[in-house]
Order: sequence, then structure tokens, then C-alpha cells
Amino acid sequence: MKICAIDSSGLTAAVAIVEDDITIAEYSIQTGLTHSQTLLPLLDEVKSRIDLDISTIDAYAVAAGPGSFTGLRIGIATVKGLGIALDRPVAAVPTLEALAYNLYGSGDIVCPIMDARRSQVYTGIYEFNPGLKLIMGQTAESFEDLCGQLNEMNRRVIFTGDGVPVFAGQMQEYLTCPYSIAPAHMSRQRAASLAALAEVYLRGEADGLEGCVTTADGLTPVYLRQSQAERVRQEAGGGA
Amino acid sequence: MSDDLSILAIETSCDETAAAVVRNGREVLSNVIYTQIALHTEYGGVVPEIASRKHVEKINPVVRQALADAGMELKDVDVIAVTYGPGLVGPLLVGVNCAKAIAWAAGKPLVGVHHISGHISANYIEHPDLEPPYMCLVVSGGHTHLVEVTGYGEYRIIARTRDDAAGEAFDKVARAIGLGYPGGPKIDKAAREGDAHAIDFPKGKVRDSEYDFSFSGLKSAVLNHLNSCKMQGIEVNTADIAASFQRSVVEVLCERSMEVFDNSDMDKFALAGGVASNTALRDALTDALSARGAKLYVPSPVYCTDNAAMIGAAAYYEYTAGVRHGYDLNAVPNLSL
Repeated sequence: MKICAIDSSGLTAAVAIVEDDITIAEYSIQTGLTHSQTLLPLLDEVKSRIDLDISTIDAYAVAAGPGSFTGLRIGIATVKGLGIALDRPVAAVPTLEALAYNLYGSGDIVCPIMDARRSQVYTGIYEFNPGLKLIMGQTAESFEDLCGQLNEMNRRVIFTGDGVPVFAGQMQEYLTCPYSIAPAHMSRQRAASLAALAEVYLRGEADGLEGCVTTADGLTPVYLRQSQAERVRQEAGGGA
Repeated sequence: MSDDLSILAIETSCDETAAAVVRNGREVLSNVIYTQIALHTEYGGVVPEIASRKHVEKINPVVRQALADAGMELKDVDVIAVTYGPGLVGPLLVGVNCAKAIAWAAGKPLVGVHHISGHISANYIEHPDLEPPYMCLVVSGGHTHLVEVTGYGEYRIIARTRDDAAGEAFDKVARAIGLGYPGGPKIDKAAREGDAHAIDFPKGKVRDSEYDFSFSGLKSAVLNHLNSCKMQGIEVNTADIAASFQRSVVEVLCERSMEVFDNSDMDKFALAGGVASNTALRDALTDALSARGAKLYVPSPVYCTDNAAMIGAAAYYEYTAGVRHGYDLNAVPNLSL
């Protein structure tokens, strides 16, 4: 099965072509440019480097959220466009599951964190046994609350994600459990990890995980948050 | 057989998710518009994040419907076109990235289109005789431009607004007098019941420019009028305010347009943009032009509001002039004409 994977949920723009447990191509860049300027050129570069015949793609994988609202929409609109030209199943993989999958096989519990602003993180808690298992599903919460949950589990934990540099100081302050930080090759969204986990979804073996297999038309971002306008309106006692 | 060129066009710059197939720049084979107006009405205006989310939900069904209505498959289309600015960045990005991916995966050329160039080009759809050069007044929620169309896709801006766009003034005044969003059609309707000479609102002028527009003073005058009525306990006549406000806007737009038109060597005048649907403005310009032996070119209302057929029309002339965009095409919210 040939999977074309796209992740623009965070600061990294990432694309990969993975076929039957082999990464044919993987590009990850973090630049000052927007994903709208980098994502498709990366895919085009991959296409020419590996002489990809687009019609041989069997499925798409996309980081479906959470993440930057704009970043998510760039990746998802891209997959929707691909689907209009070439309709294939889409594995809508939760961003945090895909991040955790960078550390496949870890004996420690894995805690991806993304900076969600407003002093929160997008996070989840995962372990491998032997495949990816959920301890706590993805959510937006304060880093302090997350630390409380991890302290209660009192297991070794490894952090990954672009929230790490933001919350490194608070880790020292709040955590009583042993912890470590994923090194550079595992510390950001990787499209090959996304594709590998997508294959688990596409084989129908993702029981207990939070993503789904859908179509390009049915693909929906997982924002985990309302828009600010809806939130303000709700807090003011307006409609639903 | 043919030299025919079919363009699949996508437009998501504000609160309409739209797609169309246009042949040779002038023949609309399909024109699908999903409007989000109802969604934004309760917020009194377009909320960019809510609009962006809705575009993501609607983009594929709208594009597929446009192909189906045209009786086409993607392989029958020659070019993919998309609005890349100006507009709201979040909404623009949905259309731009969807269009780019379609173009890439289908191996079709990509043409990015300026939203205002689209509005102007909407006139080509129903007026086979219209060719540049001509003068065009573009009035919408975001723009008020008097433009010399010197060639297809070639523009010289003669005048523009220094503050609020005309359509923006309609929205703000409509909100102030309790008519709600969208202001243009609501004021147009209310004005028919009112006395356009009931209140003498000012006609905005810009000191250092002969032709530029200003609508913020007019908006303030309406707000002041409402305040002073309130303080004096006078009941406000909404229809009279709507009619008087609209008269002021229409007179400024019409008088300024005719000054510029008279001083140019153009003999054709076109109207474009969402506010081009305003009946008072259409009537005033039609009268002023017929007094000069000229005709007003104006699109049907469905091509005045944001739509993708107009983008397909503009894209045809860009494409035939050799314009192609790369896969790094970005949304440009403040793109200049």
C-alpha cells in the first residue's frame, strides 16, 4: 500500500511517501515560510525525486488536528484537492498520536505536547504494548494539570513536540515523576510516522485510537476548540 | 475538437464558498455558490475563523457540484483558477490550497486571480460586446475603486476610498439602525419605503484628491443623527435614514464616476462588485449615462455577489496572456490591483 502523508499542523511542514513499511521519501522543513508556500512544493519535489506516478497512490494520511487552525486547514484543504483529482481513502490521524508514534516501542509513557497558547497545551498520554495505546486521549489543558496527571501515574515519561521548549521550565517546577525529552529526530511532526500509523488505521487495526478512515470530502479538522467569536458569545450567555 | 478552453474556478475570499466552470472566459457552464451569510448574521458580520471552518466543510461538495452541473469530469477541464487575494487570509487559504492540489494532482496549469479583477470581469459573462478599454466602478464590502480598464486584466486606478468601502458603510449603518447583516440589500429594501430627502447627510470629500472617496464621515453623521434623536426623544424613522444615507452614497459614487468619465476618452462604463446589485445605484448610473448617450454595463445580481464564474472569466484572459502560478502560490490578503 502506497501512502502519501501530509502534516502541517505545527511549525514543521512534512510530507512522505511510504510503501509497505518502507519510507520511499520523507521531507521535513521548518522555515519562516508559511505552509501554503512550502507544503505542495515539497510534495512536488518528492514526486520528481522518486519519479512518483500520482495515480499509484493508494491512500492519503493527514494530521487532522489539533494544531494551528490555519496550518491544519492548509494540510486538509490540500488533501481535499488531491481527493478531487484522485479519490482515495484518507486516514485522518490525530496529530498527537502521530507525534507519539515517532517513539514507537518506547517503554516509557509518551507525552506529546504542542503549544496551544492561552497557557495551554494540546496533549495526550500514550504507551506502546506493542502497538500504540491510549492512556489519555488528546485534549487542550494547562501544562500544570497535565503534570498533575503524569505525577499521579508516577511512571517514566518522555516528552515530544513543539511545546517542549515552551514548557521546559515548568517541567522542572511541577513534575515529580522521572522524565526525559525526545531528541531532534523524534521531537517534531514527521510525515513518515504519520504514514506508518495511517497504515494501522487503513488495515482496520486502530481500535481504541481516536482517528478515523474517511474520504477527502468527509475529512474534518479536529480543532479541539471553538472559534474565539463562538466562545465569547457563549460566555456572554448567547446561543449554543 | 477544439480551441475551447474550460476553466474550473474557485473563490473563497470571504463568506461564499464558490466554484464554477467557464468556457472561453464568457460562457458559464456552471456556477455554484454556497453562502454562509446566515451563519454570520448572528455575529453582525463575517467572523474569519467561522468562515474558514465552513469553507473547509463545503469546498469539495461545491467543486464537485460545479463539475457535475457543467456535465464535466476534471479531465475535461484545461485550467484551474483560484482567487488568491485580496480578502480574508483564512478563507483564501482554503481555496488556494485546494486549487493548487487539484492542479498538481491532475497535472493542470494553475492561475491565481485577483478578486477585484474577477468582479470587473463578471461583466464579460453577459455582455459579449464589452471589450476594453472602458471605465469601471467597483463597489463592494471591501472595495470602492474607479478603474480604467485599459486591456484584459490591465487596470489603472483613478480613485479609491480613503477609509471605509461603500459596502462597509452600508453594513455599519444597517447595524446602527437595527437592520442587521448584510447591510446592502437590507438598506436598499428599507430605502424604498423612506424619503431620500428627509435628512441631508454630507457627501464625503477628500481634501487632497480630486476623485478619491471617503465614507467614514457619512457613517459618523448617521450615528450622530441617531444620537441626537435619542437625546431629544425623537422617534427614529429607519426608512428615512436608510433612504437618505443611500442617496448620499449613490450621489457621491455617481457624480464622481461621471466627472471621471467625462474627463476620460472612454465611451463605455461598467459597474461591478456586491454593491452593484443596489437598485438606486444602478438606476442613477443608468440615467446619468443615458444622458450622455452611453450605456451602463452591469452584471446580473448573481454575478455581482462573490462567485467563481467571474474568477473563471478573469482567469481566461490571464491564462491566454501567459500567466501561470507555481505550487508555492500563497494567499495575499492585501493584494493590490
